Amino acid sequence: MVSKLHTPLTVAAYKSDVHNDWCPGCGDFGILQAIQQAFAELALPPWVSMVFAGIGCSGKVFNYMASHGVHTLHGRVLPFAVGAKLANPNLEVIAVGGDGDGYGIGAGHFVHAGRRNVDMAYIVMTNEVYGLTKGQASPTLGRGQQTKSLPLPNTNDAIQPLALALSSGYTWIGRSYAFDGKHLKEMIKKAMEHKGMALLDVLQPCPTFNDLHTTEWFNKKVKGEGENVTIPRIFNINEQGYDGAVKDPTNADEVSEKRAKAFEMSNFRGERIPVGVFYEIKLPTYFERMQAQVPMLKQYAPALMPYQDESHLPTTDLSKVYAEYLF
Amino acid sequence: MKVVNDFSWMIGGPQGTGVDSSANLFAQACASAGLWVFGKREYHSNIKGKHSYFQVRVFDKPINSHVDDVHLLATFEDSTARLHAHEVVKGGALIYDPTKIMLDDLNLKSGVITLPIDFNTVLRHVAEVTGEEYGKLAIMKNVIAVAASMALLRMDISEMEETLTRLFTGKKAKLVPTNMAAVKKAYESVEALPPEIHNQFLYHLTPNKKMPKRLLINGASATAMGKLKAGCRYQTYYPISPATDESNFLESHPEYGIAVVQCEDEIASIDMALGAATTGVRASTATSGPGFCLMQEGMGWGGMNEVPIVVFNYQRGGPSTGLPTRHEQGDLMFSAFGGHGEYPKLVIAPADIDDHFHVAFESFNYADKFQTPVMVLNDKLLTHSLQTIPPFNEGGLVIDRGRLATAEELEAAISEGKGFPRFRPDSKTVISPRPYPGQEGSPYWMTGDEHDDYGHITENPETRVKMHEKRLSKYRLMLEQIPEEKQFTLKGEVDADVTLVCWGSTSGVLLDAIEPLKAKGIKANILNYRILNPLPIATEKILKKAKKLILIESNWGTQLGHLIRMTTGVFISNQILKYTGRPMSLNEIIDSVEKIVKKEVKSEIDPLTGMTIEKVVLTYGL
Repeated sequence: MVSKLHTPLTVAAYKSDVHNDWCPGCGDFGILQAIQQAFAELALPPWVSMVFAGIGCSGKVFNYMASHGVHTLHGRVLPFAVGAKLANPNLEVIAVGGDGDGYGIGAGHFVHAGRRNVDMAYIVMTNEVYGLTKGQASPTLGRGQQTKSLPLPNTNDAIQPLALALSSGYTWIGRSYAFDGKHLKEMIKKAMEHKGMALLDVLQPCPTFNDLHTTEWFNKKVKGEGENVTIPRIFNINEQGYDGAVKDPTNADEVSEKRAKAFEMSNFRGERIPVGVFYEIKLPTYFERMQAQVPMLKQYAPALMPYQDESHLPTTDLSKVYAEYLF
Repeated sequence: MKVVNDFSWMIGGPQGTGVDSSANLFAQACASAGLWVFGKREYHSNIKGKHSYFQVRVFDKPINSHVDDVHLLATFEDSTARLHAHEVVKGGALIYDPTKIMLDDLNLKSGVITLPIDFNTVLRHVAEVTGEEYGKLAIMKNVIAVAASMALLRMDISEMEETLTRLFTGKKAKLVPTNMAAVKKAYESVEALPPEIHNQFLYHLTPNKKMPKRLLINGASATAMGKLKAGCRYQTYYPISPATDESNFLESHPEYGIAVVQCEDEIASIDMALGAATTGVRASTATSGPGFCLMQEGMGWGGMNEVPIVVFNYQRGGPSTGLPTRHEQGDLMFSAFGGHGEYPKLVIAPADIDDHFHVAFESFNYADKFQTPVMVLNDKLLTHSLQTIPPFNEGGLVIDRGRLATAEELEAAISEGKGFPRFRPDSKTVISPRPYPGQEGSPYWMTGDEHDDYGHITENPETRVKMHEKRLSKYRLMLEQIPEEKQFTLKGEVDADVTLVCWGSTSGVLLDAIEPLKAKGIKANILNYRILNPLPIATEKILKKAKKLILIESNWGTQLGHLIRMTTGVFISNQILKYTGRPMSLNEIIDSVEKIVKKEVKSEIDPLTGMTIEKVVLTYGL
């Protein structure tokens, strides 16, 4: 529904002139750049695009984009973004935030956004720490792990965001890595083009506070099968034959099978990290469900619905409603 | 002495037994007979079993309040009779089921007529005549109670038939004959009573068929209608008493195209409405105290980003879960001062049910005009009270979207290439132009951080001062630009002996008290605050000129009183307060105003101000 540009803009056209104050080497740079590339390749007019962001280092993405940028409240990026998308589905709306923002303080909204299946992408920048408050453990840091600024090892278990998304009803679930620019950009495009609620969890180093999972750690090869065989830590499941896309959403058996596979893959444990599309299904979006109940929404988005005439007199005719109450 | 068209009826019973529907039926029958009604609903936070009651006052002129006296108490089980029989006045009547309760068990006044109806026998008769299954008819005890009341009041049976025919249409139309069989039987039993019983019962209702049509409506529905008229097309909510009825109304009218979203909590409700509002739709949310607390952070964001948003807070008894289904005006201070930091918030309270419609309509204009959150303080009393009012006057309703970006401004933003200067203060009007996303040239940034003209984060002290002062100067604009008659009203006697100072729903019972007080030699007028924050400073001269002021609020803390003192320096030492969770009745107001005027109230020291006060605390009502 979003109108596209006839002549695509350059990536630079999506960059604002605001000075970027992330730490050198931050994974956020990779994610910001991939978002800007995806916007350029999708030929999105900046004036119809809204980037909603949470609070934290990741939240500053809003200010570095030359589209509408909305810096919301800590943990609340999804309700804000959902509100905008439902009010005007002609806008391209994406939500971006950190793992503390989305899986911690915003966990309630995270779950319910899945149930609604609003047509938008949610990109979570997962670095296992609360960066802007100087490195406390985020909900994705494993138990017993002690990143640089933790006085004691982490006492909580980590949540598994992809499995949580699957249980919550997200209809597109994927993972990528901040410094694999090509894969990340493609995944962002897929998440945005998916008709429904997409979660893209992006692993990223925090060079300042996460001294366990650094760029070097992500790049380090791990032991493969056979002697002296090493393989990359990050591997693309879709290149290895994993297909999480449901072909026929009405086929209950296929849906169950794909969900079970996706759940297993979401909980993949070990030295290696799977990335790619874990699950995908086409289901009616929230706006489509509303249109089925509120027929006027087929004709107009709420933000574009007429309610006044040229002299600003209200045009909503309540006489039928009044009649029910007149005695 | 016969009393015509001045009457107070009560029906009660365990929740879930149809008390509400029977009161609606009674009120509708009276309304369609051309009479004026005010119906007050009292119920527990419970689904089935606990005691609820509905009191309908009927009059030949418009009324806005209830009285404590009951002229006819209709019961069909024992609890209501036990709890309310003592409220029935001499010359009034009690309808009761002799198989359920013994009259000796009741604390009846002498001179109360008792009218036994064996409800099960009537139902068995209905089953026989209609062929309906007896076991399924229990809910019709209500209709029988209403019909017996109507018969005793000498209302023609055709009024009942007309109302039932209107009530049950479509698939439910088949219920009319069954109900009418019950109605007829009830009328027969009452008409069979000896004439002396009829003569003892003093209260009669006489239809006024010349009466033009009026709305029979509650505050929740009136608010929802005002929202639709204003063009509100996005509503969020999380279920909470007593606010949910409004959202339910909006969702029940999909023909107006409003998107109603039930959220996971009130935090999502406010934030989703804010997100929607950024796209240009008129958006709002409705909640009550606990939810309103959760919304504070979001409202601050709305203030910081100058987002037009309207939050309807249906006040109930607090703090915490408090009295979830009872009345209180306890959130005024919270609304005026809530949230961290400083941002301009406009707080409005409707004075009556008609005003619910107009406040709902206007609030969206104010939100757009001043580009800041508007809070509407409704309360449980009028949310659920059923009242006949003249149809809403739609004349003069104009939509004002405030300062929107012009084509030239959008062009300029395109050629400048830095984004839209959304927050740049206008040197003349203060308020900045607002583009909608989707307009070419529109992109700008929004952030809860302090920001510059474009919405970029800044901690520069000069920009901070410029932006902070710009936002807060909206308080001045509100008082300058909202017409005085919309800020407050002064009604009642000219050259009054006493000025009753109030806000919100309390205005209704005070209006009704003017005539009776006059009859007692007390000339009263009413100063009702409609805009509560910023407090209309124009009222200072009225307050200082008044011969005697009495502050009347449904809270403990004289919240309006403190705002008045803060703004004007006027301290109101005469106070009538009620915080039982029940609204003030007409007779309570008349009695307490009289007491204060006659100086029958003992002075005491107010612990919060150290000032000498004369305070009446009202407590009546179950």
